[in-house]
Amino acid sequence: MITLDEKLAMRRRAIEGRPFGPGSQTEHEGMTMTGAQAIIASLEAEGVDTIFGYPGGQAIKIYDALYDSKKIHHVLARHEQGATHMADGYARATGKVGVVLVTSGPGATNTVTGIATAFMDSVPMVVITGQVTRGVIGTDAFQESDIVGITMPVVKHSFLLQSTDELTRTFREAFYIASTGRPGPVLIDIPSDISGSEMVFHYPDKISIASYKPTYRGNARQVKAAADLICQAKKPLIYAGGGIVTSHACGELTAISERMQIPVVTSLMGKGAMRCSNPLNLGPVGMHGSKYANMAVTECDLLIAVGARFSDRVTGKVSEFAPHAKVIHIDIDPAEIGKIINPDVPIVGDAKVVLGALNDRLTRKEAQPIDEQWVKDVFTWRDRWPFYTSDFADYPDAIAPEVVLHRLSEKLDPEASIVTTEVGQHQMWAHQNIHREHARTFISSGGLGTMGFGFPAAIGAKFGCPDCEVVCVAGDGSFQMNTQEMATAAINGANVKVMVIDNRALGMVHQWQSLFYNKRYSFTELADNPDFVKLADAYGWRARRITKPEQVDEALDEMLASEVPYLLDVMIPRDQTVYPMVAPGAPIDDIIGALDVTLGGVRVSEKGFGKLHRKGGHAADFEDGDDTKGGE
Amino acid sequence: MADSYASKHILSVTVENKSGVLSRVTGMISRRGFNIDSLTVAPTEDESLSRMTIIVEADELGFEQITKQLHKLVSVYHISDLTEEDAVERELVLFKVQASPDRRHEIIEIANVFRAKVVDVGKNTLTIEATGNESKLDAMEDLFRGYGIRQLTRTGKIAMGRGHDA
Repeated sequence: MITLDEKLAMRRRAIEGRPFGPGSQTEHEGMTMTGAQAIIASLEAEGVDTIFGYPGGQAIKIYDALYDSKKIHHVLARHEQGATHMADGYARATGKVGVVLVTSGPGATNTVTGIATAFMDSVPMVVITGQVTRGVIGTDAFQESDIVGITMPVVKHSFLLQSTDELTRTFREAFYIASTGRPGPVLIDIPSDISGSEMVFHYPDKISIASYKPTYRGNARQVKAAADLICQAKKPLIYAGGGIVTSHACGELTAISERMQIPVVTSLMGKGAMRCSNPLNLGPVGMHGSKYANMAVTECDLLIAVGARFSDRVTGKVSEFAPHAKVIHIDIDPAEIGKIINPDVPIVGDAKVVLGALNDRLTRKEAQPIDEQWVKDVFTWRDRWPFYTSDFADYPDAIAPEVVLHRLSEKLDPEASIVTTEVGQHQMWAHQNIHREHARTFISSGGLGTMGFGFPAAIGAKFGCPDCEVVCVAGDGSFQMNTQEMATAAINGANVKVMVIDNRALGMVHQWQSLFYNKRYSFTELADNPDFVKLADAYGWRARRITKPEQVDEALDEMLASEVPYLLDVMIPRDQTVYPMVAPGAPIDDIIGALDVTLGGVRVSEKGFGKLHRKGGHAADFEDGDDTKGGE
Repeated sequence: MADSYASKHILSVTVENKSGVLSRVTGMISRRGFNIDSLTVAPTEDESLSRMTIIVEADELGFEQITKQLHKLVSVYHISDLTEEDAVERELVLFKVQASPDRRHEIIEIANVFRAKVVDVGKNTLTIEATGNESKLDAMEDLFRGYGIRQLTRTGKIAMGRGHDA
């Protein structure tokens, strides 16, 4: 694994505008070569050692040049979407820029979902697409698509290369833009005649772009104002997002939380920003967050949002989100501030730099930890409304997904494992039950919610971190969106594990239909799934299906011990629901199905602490639910 | 949320003079759910740059979002908000007015009052070029309507802050 120091050094280089690799110090410098060779030389100058892609007519010259590279390992995916998600997973796991190489037309359009996924979750990526020759652009030539136009809403920036003169500078700018500020995907579209033209290779060792100057250092006066608010607060809470992970601010976050005794809730992207073993980390918040985390938001008097964007999946009904709280919002993207919530103290800057300054300020003020009653209260709520208890089962004779994920979490070495997820119920169960101790060890499509992301992302993560155990937690629906990449894993020796939480349904939509659409299961039942075990066998994987709770432990051990890719198909009841849940558009303290141990460990549905505003509505859903028990 | 009262805003945006930049800017604005009232683009004194004058209708928070999102585009160099500022605003209009020979004189009189120019005369039409601010041009349009407007083209507003500030 890459050490924190190495990551910080990489980030410093990025911000200074210097290449990630040797730059001009390669054997290519000053050589006459084709544009295609210069593309590969540029990637080598950026220190790229792994790229993901799929060849085609307009990329053939670039692939020809790649054939000679001794430094770049190309992973041949089975679909361009898979390649893009692999590069994304690689980038999320390592913090490096993920690189994708595809051809024009359909090759390029197949990357769109992957690009949009990376864009929504601020993942640094450079996507190189072949294009038809300059002379025929705009004539509907064979395999022509306006990929710059198509991707415009979902890229951080894009280039249509116009001449070999701008080739190396464009690559430097692309890596610079992708990796700095709020990271994101950058696309370079390369007409194939440019790949064929001769040029002299010079790679820039430093660039700066006049129209692109991200703010890293927070305004000192705002930092002081934030410190003052923290000192006055009685019930402060930190809401940590993916920005903490991007800027490597986990140490600063933990320091501030511990010194001031401020509990932390995390968004999906912020998972791993603070150790799950740290008692101050309350974990997931929002639609499928814990009742205690949601109550902490509702009750707090100061909310410190860091590198988070108040997604609707976190806030629920915005007007009732953190109703008693003043808000400090720290983000590197000025456009996030005031987009959803108007903060009392906005700070534009890098999470690591700003939290560091805030820590210094609190030290200078000799700030005292906040009154312990707040943390005690929050911990009491955690004891009262846990995610799951070992003596509870919605379906006693079937495998409980919470238990499988909990057991998986216990068996994984938090120092050397990465969990990726697809999108849906299993994703939320994983978010709730998989404990992570480090950033970049939980990889999931948060913003776009891309089914089909998690499995290729796991392959990408495995290439980035070959010493880590990489497990993809999938649903039977999501997994089928990119199963073709089983070939990529097998052929390239990427020993990933896929655990399918199999309910023969598009579980999350099925759950909504059950709760909000009168059990009208319109096209969410996947009764005719293929036999995943046989499918795995066809691809040269090992696999097994389990149906009984007593098989879980041994099956997980077998999966983790496997030296080749392994698929574990875990059958769960179709009607298993992700709880707790906040109905879409409801305030986040109005929670359906939280376990209440003070009532003997039953699921309750009520707003807030319950006794004051008990609601009858949702309880009925459970009685109905009981009737369908075991109905898989 | 605070003030949700929508009003017109004038933005002067300096961008890279490159193909595709116009659609980056307009795409961003429409994608975020705002409507462009008018838009002009042309190169500036520096040929590598273009200036766009964009008029959008938005409330305060919305306008702040547009500005911040525009700033994020790598192709955007500089944005000034000329709404509140003391700024020179101009727009050019071409009117083709229905003008039988006996009424030509009246129409030319009106044009003169507004310091507009007659740029073409047809058998039954006059083409008049006028520049000015919105209220002046609206007033002319009202008067010409009485005679019948055959065709009307407005350039959309351009604006510049007063004084020495760029």
